[in-house]
Amino acid sequence: MNVDLGKVDKLIDKYRDEEAAYIPLLQDINSEFRYLPRDALKRVSQKMEVPLSHLFRLATFYKSFSLVPRGEHEIQVCMGTACHVRGAPRVLNKITQQFQIYPGETTADQKFTVETVNCVGACALGPLVVFDGKYFGHLNLSRTDKLLEGYHEENKKSS
Amino acid sequence: MVRINIDSKEVEANGESTLLELARKNGIEIPTLCHHQAVTPYGACRLCLVEIKKEDETKLVASCTYPVREDGITVLTQSPKVNRVRKMILEFLLARCPEVEIIQEMSAEMGIKQSRFILYDNDDCILCGLCARVCEEIIGKSAVSFTDRGPDRKVSTPFNEPSEECVGCTACAFVCPTGAIKVEEWDEIRFIEKWNTEIPLQKCAKCDMLYTPANTPGYILSKMQLPENLLRLCEKCRRKSVAESLSNYDVTSKNVIIKK
Repeated sequence: MNVDLGKVDKLIDKYRDEEAAYIPLLQDINSEFRYLPRDALKRVSQKMEVPLSHLFRLATFYKSFSLVPRGEHEIQVCMGTACHVRGAPRVLNKITQQFQIYPGETTADQKFTVETVNCVGACALGPLVVFDGKYFGHLNLSRTDKLLEGYHEENKKSS
Repeated sequence: MVRINIDSKEVEANGESTLLELARKNGIEIPTLCHHQAVTPYGACRLCLVEIKKEDETKLVASCTYPVREDGITVLTQSPKVNRVRKMILEFLLARCPEVEIIQEMSAEMGIKQSRFILYDNDDCILCGLCARVCEEIIGKSAVSFTDRGPDRKVSTPFNEPSEECVGCTACAFVCPTGAIKVEEWDEIRFIEKWNTEIPLQKCAKCDMLYTPANTPGYILSKMQLPENLLRLCEKCRRKSVAESLSNYDVTSKNVIIKK
């Protein structure tokens, strides 16, 4: 995959004078590319004169960093106890079948990433799905369908 | 001057910075796995726990990282509390690494025949990070470091791929307390299994013996000012060539001046 290293350089310049600003820098790179490209990490290592192993340590430690490309839209399916007993596995099945991926994976067109999370703290709304940061509660199969369709429709319109 | 009572022995600190150092200097043995005098202490293995008493307070601390600062504290290295906790830690370690000799020995010493815990994916590595510390602080390469977290935590190379930085010095294998880093050599190659890294070996320019990983001499030369040709020979040939070059001089003559 080709990565625009010019963009990486610009971000590096932003943090050039700050000591040990690796985490904010990696965060910026992560939100620019929606993951941490390997070439970008190597570039940071060279330019900031920090061992690549240290960057890899940070990148694998924090959950908010990803080493594989993530989709434009993020879908988090709550699998906490309350959601689980109210049918979260069925909702998850529906979503993963629709996109033909396993939880934790991204669709081939780089549009959707589906993950499971363990409780988002809104148990009264279960079963619950967080779609791009927005909470959708009291889901059943048909409402899940509608939710996904809605996003598909929107995508069709915009493209 | 800080005066401390360790196991009812009055000791004075003379520049020692940690409790462990001070105890060892005074002949009091504290078991450790992750400590090495050459690198910064990290406090990973927790075997060096000791009990500290100050007035009425008592607490458990890792002696390898606990600074010698307060005057008049009492340290117990073998108290019932310390022994109980140390035994527990050893049981955890034994469950993780049942095949590691030093952990077996330490456990036997503490009277543990078998760990109460069973772990199915055993690993010889205890995650003390000594290898990473040596690679960073002594070698200056940082070829490996901790990656991931929680139960997935391990020491590895960037992207878990053969290392580009590794010079094949195997200092990591040398300091590893459990022997988890295995090094093999065959067909002009040195292979470090844990890092999945192969380093070609170099032949001595004189006697053709394989004597060093190919990229090590260059790295040493970049760090130290040494005559360039010196590291192209194996240890024996190096000694021989120095002796031969000396034979050109009349070393018994008083006129020989050794340049400094």
